[in-house]
Amino acid sequence: MKTRLRVRRVYKWQGEPLRFDRKLKNFEYGSLVISVEGLPRPNIINTGQCILIEGEEEDNPYVAQVNKLFGDESGRQKKAMVQWFVRASEVPVSKLPLLGREPHPQEIFYYQGRGCNEEVNAESILRPVQVKHLDGPAPFPDSNDKDVLYVKLSWDTKTFKMMDSAVLPPSTPPCCPKPCHPNSFPSSPPAAAPASRRANRRAISTPGTAVIQRAASADLRYAGDTMSTGKVGLEAESLHSATKLSASKCLSTKRRNAAARTPGVRKRLELCSPEKKSMPFSDVLSQLLDEELESEVELAQRLLASPPQVLHPTYSLTPRRKMHRAPADTDSLFQKPSVFMMNKLSACETDSPPSKTRAFSSMTEVDNENSPMLLVAATPRSSKRKSAQLVSTRIKKQLSLLDDQQNKDSNTEDEEEFAPSNKTLCSRSEDDKLIHGDENVLVKEGRQVLAGSRVPRSKTTLSSTRTPRITPSKKAATNTPRTPATPIIPSRLMPARHPTNILEVARTRLHVSSVPESLPCREQEFQDIYSFVESKIIDGTGGCMYISGVPGTGKTATVHEVIRCLQNAANINEIPSFRFIEINGMKMTDPHQAYVQILEKLISQTATADHAASLLEKRFSNPAPRKETTVLLVDELDLLWTRKQNVMYNLFDWPTRRHSRLVVLTIANTMDLPERIMINRVSSRLVAALSGDARRCLDICRRATELCEHSAANTSITRLVGMSHVMDALDEMFSSSYITAIQSASVQEQLFLRAVIAEFRRLGLEEATFQQVFLQHQALCRVEGLQSIGVSEVLAVCQRLGACRLLLLETSRFGILQRVRLNVSQDDILYALKSD
Amino acid sequence: MSKPKSKDAPMPIGDCITQLHKCLRERLCHGQLPSRLEASEAQHKHLLGLLTRTAIHGESNSVLIVGPRGSGKTALLKCVLRDLLQEKEVQKNLLQVQLNGLLQTDDRIALKEITRQLNLENVVGDKVFGSFAENLVFLLEALKKGDHSTTCPVLFVLDEFDLFAHHKNQTLLYNLLDVSQSAQAPVAVVGLTCRLDVLELLEKRVKSRFSHRQIHLLSSLSFTQYLERVRSQLSLPDDFPERKFAQDWNSSVQSFCEEKSVEDILRRHFNSSKDFRSLHMLLMLCLSRISIVNPTIKPADVLEASRLCFSDAKSNMLHGLSVLELCLVIAMKHLNDVYEGEPFNFQMVHNEFKMFLQRKSNSMYNFEQPVVMKAFEHLQQLELIRPIDGSSAKTQREYQLMKLTLDNCQIMEALQKYPQCPTDIKQWGMSAFG
Repeated sequence: MKTRLRVRRVYKWQGEPLRFDRKLKNFEYGSLVISVEGLPRPNIINTGQCILIEGEEEDNPYVAQVNKLFGDESGRQKKAMVQWFVRASEVPVSKLPLLGREPHPQEIFYYQGRGCNEEVNAESILRPVQVKHLDGPAPFPDSNDKDVLYVKLSWDTKTFKMMDSAVLPPSTPPCCPKPCHPNSFPSSPPAAAPASRRANRRAISTPGTAVIQRAASADLRYAGDTMSTGKVGLEAESLHSATKLSASKCLSTKRRNAAARTPGVRKRLELCSPEKKSMPFSDVLSQLLDEELESEVELAQRLLASPPQVLHPTYSLTPRRKMHRAPADTDSLFQKPSVFMMNKLSACETDSPPSKTRAFSSMTEVDNENSPMLLVAATPRSSKRKSAQLVSTRIKKQLSLLDDQQNKDSNTEDEEEFAPSNKTLCSRSEDDKLIHGDENVLVKEGRQVLAGSRVPRSKTTLSSTRTPRITPSKKAATNTPRTPATPIIPSRLMPARHPTNILEVARTRLHVSSVPESLPCREQEFQDIYSFVESKIIDGTGGCMYISGVPGTGKTATVHEVIRCLQNAANINEIPSFRFIEINGMKMTDPHQAYVQILEKLISQTATADHAASLLEKRFSNPAPRKETTVLLVDELDLLWTRKQNVMYNLFDWPTRRHSRLVVLTIANTMDLPERIMINRVSSRLVAALSGDARRCLDICRRATELCEHSAANTSITRLVGMSHVMDALDEMFSSSYITAIQSASVQEQLFLRAVIAEFRRLGLEEATFQQVFLQHQALCRVEGLQSIGVSEVLAVCQRLGACRLLLLETSRFGILQRVRLNVSQDDILYALKSD
Repeated sequence: MSKPKSKDAPMPIGDCITQLHKCLRERLCHGQLPSRLEASEAQHKHLLGLLTRTAIHGESNSVLIVGPRGSGKTALLKCVLRDLLQEKEVQKNLLQVQLNGLLQTDDRIALKEITRQLNLENVVGDKVFGSFAENLVFLLEALKKGDHSTTCPVLFVLDEFDLFAHHKNQTLLYNLLDVSQSAQAPVAVVGLTCRLDVLELLEKRVKSRFSHRQIHLLSSLSFTQYLERVRSQLSLPDDFPERKFAQDWNSSVQSFCEEKSVEDILRRHFNSSKDFRSLHMLLMLCLSRISIVNPTIKPADVLEASRLCFSDAKSNMLHGLSVLELCLVIAMKHLNDVYEGEPFNFQMVHNEFKMFLQRKSNSMYNFEQPVVMKAFEHLQQLELIRPIDGSSAKTQREYQLMKLTLDNCQIMEALQKYPQCPTDIKQWGMSAFG
């Protein structure tokens, strides 16, 4: 961000104002000139053009389309009305599965959601950008050009919809129209090297889908620029849904008419097979392409220019291909289910398209078991096509090469990697980071065989995140600031034994870590917090809440429960999705680390505390198009207290900013913290209704089960936890150990305690010097008929009592001058000594 | 009677003694674990059960072992671990992290040590742990990753647990105990401490996260058990190379323990402390007197050892003082008697000393004041006297208020034993008034 700040931009209106709005007192302009120092040609922004707007992340500026440019009379303020686009990274992770495929790195979505400020400061515009509308089924051009973005779908915070190309302006100079059907490229087989690369790529792309379909795309960026197979089905489907929805658009009407000629299933098949150009639908495609010819031109040129990029059509084929060659290699067996799911879906989905998206993603979750059957069903279909067979044999060859390579790397990890389980989905999300970083580095290093190294690389990184030890050399390679090492405690060699008897089960349930289904006695608080957060999320506003209570009353548990419920609600689209971040004051070394951790969790970027603070400040105060509310839970708030209180001040200040959309829930023990730090925005409080600590209660019960087990082992009677066991456990935990300690002390130690009491009584004080007690002690020794002992020995006795904290002593340097106090009541001592 | 195999060439007595020393020293100094802890069966069972559940079921636990010094806390833990690691299932499934409050004096050092002991530092590779904060995040991340059924359980042993409670914010304890209370990597936190009030040291949030299990090791040892312990500690094992010698030794130990004088000495020790460590010290001193000329243990040995053990450190120091210094100490004693323990300064002591010289002394010179001052300062260096807290450094040395850190009985004892003490000084010291 610093580098960007250094670039000075000068913004000027071009031409005379188009019109003047009397009400708002502003002039509307046709275009804006941005001249950048050091660049000869200024950028000109016209209405209708797509632009990049300065965002939080340097690498991913916001994308928008200018609808209107206007400024006030003085010309100082320059504003723009924009239509936003969102990047895949801005879409909530939980919603990405709805896409049903990997988003293309250059892919953006037309944003139709609410709660987004459409007015931006014109000075935040960076430069124009090319946004191209791609037709639903059309694959993404394979290009590394960062300046071209592609839009296919629209996103309204709940679903992805097919987007109408009409809304997008016909971008940039129309050159010679080239009737380049993207699907026509692959028929010319590229040279050997590109071919192998392609095969490799495909190989990676398919595992990608397999994992994604299952694991809800935990590592979505990772497979970034490889085409995902899942796309095909979904796009065709969403095209379909779009046609039904937006009937008013003439273009889509056309499209629909064309599509209606063939039954849905057929259409889908054709869509995926480039070879069958003669089919009716390809006509439709070419028709569509003609309409968008202008935008395609540049793409086509690029495609022609660089042979390895001429790959998309074959990509779209991959699912078929895959199933065709699947029996040949074991590796790909794992991918089948998802692939077939798609096929199956395509067959059944034509009748009710619009609501299918979710069904699709859920169907992909279906177990492996279905796959064999589907395999049988599907194979003949694909094998029919000769050309497809031809290509597939070629791929098979490539893959077998690849497999050898892989086998060299690792045989064992495969199962692990592809094992379809929801657990991997959760646990992977962290791994993702590492993979991502790894990739960056390797790309930076410029490994010569980029594509060839892809598969093994991803393999090794995955395997390395699973095994605890990573060779140092490897780690050195990943030593980039964005790749925090994710350490793992080695996993156990033998699985944990499961509870075998009822007491053990009970003990597991009683463990504090186990999350109960409901939180009894916390309904009211739950409701309060829930409605508070929910309302803020729905309104898209910010707010803060302070929750206090003594330890163990369930503050954190309640909030987590609330968040869980809210997340469920968000998943079923009852409320807009939101982001949940949690920090804990105790889990940081310094209050200012809070900024670092929030930033890290928000955009996974590490920075120093000061830098992080300024970034967050910017994020929460700028009217950027934030797509979702952030819910921040700050546990142990009182630990964030600093002399200047700036950390706490910021935490309570950010939610009040107009554009922050931040909900802060703070938890602390002290009731008077808000008063103490003079914050009046206290929304609610959680007063400890439970008398005591639930954690301790659970611990007592757990101990009781143990005691029960012990006693049962002795007498072999029925194993039921009785009240007596609970009482025993209670006694054990709370009974004062002082009395037993005194009783088990040595004779001289007991005598010394008595001497202390005697001396206290004599002095009438609760404090005496050792010397005074020593005299008493000697007298007592004589009374008891014991051999009198020396000063050093009595001092040793005294020190021992001090170490147990039966006595409180000054430092032993003072020798006999040190003062002695009792840490137990005199009555306790006398009681203990009497019963002895 | 079965003869040992090496019957033809019995081991020379010197070798036997060497072997004896080796065997017993290992037992007394190396803290060799007993095969069974007689006194703390229940505690052993409790702890073993707890750690077994962590190791096998992946249940997180926290426990404190509380007991006075020398009561066998570490021995208990070591015994439990020894027994635990005999189980195959546990052997490979338990990571251990040993921390000591005296070594890991703050959380930063402790975290580094944990990282090192968990072998996580090679995950970081060359990356230097820049900050404490990073280290903490790193470690928490590592622990968070785990879940109770798949991750290897980690046993954290915090020796001198109370010292960890003095770390800033108790961050380490909070986090360890928080992990033990949440569904993260299974950990068992075992704290060893001699403070009975250790729970009061914990911050309320930390306390709430602690499971409140305390294992108290309070020995209710009787004297007969103590005596038995002495006998077993001194007896040679059956597998001693020279059987004849071992038998002789063991029978001598037996008779030694039955001796009345020995019993008296041991009872005195027992009355003073039930701590095994001090007993081992005593036996060690006895053992060091065993040699070829003195091949069996005798009551005289233990008498001498006991004398060494109980000798008063401060009065021993007095033996090394010069006569002038001793005179000053006696003068201070008289001042203490007269003013009932009120502090004194150099001038007062010097006056007292001069009065003594005028009145009765015939063996002492009248030293110059600087010489006396030097002697006085030497006493201060030895910390036989110390300035009282309030007196500031600004006051002249002569008038700085001091207190004597010796008791009268210590001075008397020193006077008795002081080598070639002039009689007039001795009398002056013994007399009730200066």
